[in-house]
Amino acid sequence: MIVTSERSRRRQRWSRWFGWCCTAAIAAAMAVLALLLASLIRDGIGVIDWEFLTSYPSRIASRAGIKSALVGTLLLMGLIALIAIPLGVATAVYLEEFAPRNRFSRALQLNISNLAGVPSVVYGILGLAIFVRWWQLGRGLLAGALTLSLLILPTLIIAAQEALRAVPDSLRRGALALGATRWQMVAGQVLPAALPGVMTGVILALSRAIGEAAPLIVLGALTYVPFLPTSLRDPFTALPIQIFNWAARPQPAFHQRAAGAILVLLAILLLMNAIAVYLRERYRVRT
Amino acid sequence: MTRFLPDSTLTAPPRSAWKRRQRLTEGAARLVMFAAALLSVVTTLAIVAVLVGESIPFFQRVPLAEYLGGTRWAPLLEPRSFGVLPLIAGTVLVAGIAAVVAIPLGLGSAIYLSEYAPERLRRVAKAILEVLAGIPTVVYGYFALVTVTPILQRLYPPTQIFNAASAGIVMGIMILPMVSSLCEDALAAVPTTLRDGGYALGSTRYEVAVRVVLPAALSGVIAAFLLAIARAVGETMIVTLAAGANPRLTLNPFEGVQTMTAYIAQISMGDVPAGTIEYRTIFAVGLTLLVLTAALNLIAHAVVRRYRQEYE
Repeated sequence: MIVTSERSRRRQRWSRWFGWCCTAAIAAAMAVLALLLASLIRDGIGVIDWEFLTSYPSRIASRAGIKSALVGTLLLMGLIALIAIPLGVATAVYLEEFAPRNRFSRALQLNISNLAGVPSVVYGILGLAIFVRWWQLGRGLLAGALTLSLLILPTLIIAAQEALRAVPDSLRRGALALGATRWQMVAGQVLPAALPGVMTGVILALSRAIGEAAPLIVLGALTYVPFLPTSLRDPFTALPIQIFNWAARPQPAFHQRAAGAILVLLAILLLMNAIAVYLRERYRVRT
Repeated sequence: MTRFLPDSTLTAPPRSAWKRRQRLTEGAARLVMFAAALLSVVTTLAIVAVLVGESIPFFQRVPLAEYLGGTRWAPLLEPRSFGVLPLIAGTVLVAGIAAVVAIPLGLGSAIYLSEYAPERLRRVAKAILEVLAGIPTVVYGYFALVTVTPILQRLYPPTQIFNAASAGIVMGIMILPMVSSLCEDALAAVPTTLRDGGYALGSTRYEVAVRVVLPAALSGVIAAFLLAIARAVGETMIVTLAAGANPRLTLNPFEGVQTMTAYIAQISMGDVPAGTIEYRTIFAVGLTLLVLTAALNLIAHAVVRRYRQEYE
C-alpha cells in the first residue's frame, strides 16, 4: 500500500503544474509561429500571381511586382555560392585535416567562432568601407555578394568542420596505409565521404545569406530598381530589401505586397531547407 | 584540429618525377587551404581597422567623454549633439524586453523538451523551432509593425505606431529558438545518472528538473542567455521597421526609440556625404555596437569555461 501524505501530494501537484507551464511555453512559441504564418497568408496570398512575379516595382501598389528583387536574390545566391563554398570548405579542410595542433590553430578556431557572433550590420559597414569605397566595386551585386560571403563564412566553416569530423578515421588510415599523400587522402576519400554533410551546411548558410537585409542596406543597395542588373557593378535589389521597403510604407496595399514577397522568400527558403534535410537523411541511411 | 595520423609525405622521400609532382600538388594544396584559413584573420583585422580607423577622426572632433556621457543624440539637426546614451538606452530597452520574453519561454521550452516531452513530440517540436530560427529578420520586422503593433494599440491605445514594446516582443520571439536550443544542449549534457539518483530519492519530475538538472547545467544556460541577448543587441531589421527613428532616453516601452543598429541603417539609407562627421558617426556607433556584442559573447564563453561542471 502506498501511503501518500498531504505534503507528497502537494509536491506531485506542483510538479504536474510546472510541467504544464513548460508545455505552455513551447505551445506559445508555436502559436506565435502559427499567427505569423496565418497573418502572412491572409495578407499576401491574394497578391501572388504571374504578374506579381514578373513585374518591376512601381509607385502604384497594384502594379508593383518583385521581378528585379527575385532575380537579384537568385543572382546573389549564385555569386555567394561561387565565393563562399570554396573558401569555406578549404578553411574547414585546413583546420580539420592539415592544421598542426598548436596555439595558432587554436586561435584561428576561436577567431572563427567569434566572427560568427559579429552583428550582420557590422559586416555591412565592412563591405561599405572595403568593397564599395576602397575597391570601387560600386553598390552592385559583386559588393553585396562579397559582403554576404564574409558574413556566412564562419557558419559555413563550422558546419563543414562538423561534417569532416563525422568521417571515420579508418578511412583516413586506410588511404594513408596505401601510400596516399595527405591531400590525396582528403580529395579522394574524406571529402567525398563528407560531401552530403558539407552540402547540408552550405545550403543552410546560403539560406541565411539570402534572408539578410541589414548588410545590403548599409552597403547602399537601392530599394527601387525597375531594371535587371547587366553587370556585377550595376545597382540591384533583393527580396529582403524589397520587403523592407514595402513594409516601411504606410499604405496597407504595400503591406500586402510585402506579405506576398515574404511568402515567395519563405517558399525559396523552405525549398532549400527541404533539400538540406533530404541530404541529411540520405546520408544517415548510408553510414 | 588534426588527429594524430602517420604522414607518408613526411617519411617517404621523393624518388621519381611522378613522386616530385605529387609532392608539388601536396604543397600547393596545403598553401591554398592555409590562405583560405587566413582569410578569417584578415576579416577580423579588417573589421577592427575599418571601425577604429574611421572612428579616430570622429573622436578628434567629439571628445570620448561627450560621446559616452552625452544624453542627446542629434547628429543631423542643429544644434548638433553627439551623446550616444539615447541610442544605448534604446538598444538596452528593446533587448531587455526581448530577454523578458525569450528567457522564460526559451528555458521553459528547453526544460519541456529535455525533461518532459516524449521522443516523438520532441522531434516535431525541435523541427518547428528550427523553422522559427530560419525565418529572416525582415519578416519578423514586418510581423512587428503590421501585426503586433495594432494588437498593442488595441490593448493600450496610447501606444505609438513605432514603439519599443512591439520590436522587443517580436525580437524575443526571434531569439527564442536560440535560447531554447542552446539551453536544451546544456540540459541534455547533464548525465542521466544524476536524474536517476534524484528519482531514486523520491523526487518529483519538477524537483529533478529544477533542483538537480538545472543547477548542473547552469553555466550553459546562462551562456545561452548572454549569447541570445548579444544577438538581440546586434539585430537590425526588426528595430528599423518597428521601433522607430527617434533617439530618446526613455523607459516607456510604448514610445518610439532608436537603437544603435537602427541608427546605422537610417544613415545608410539617407544621402549623407562621405567624409563628413555625420557620416563618420556610423563607424563610431558601429564600433560601440561591436564592443558591446563582443563583450557579451566573451563573457558567455568565459562563463562556460570557468563554471562548467565536468561529468564522467
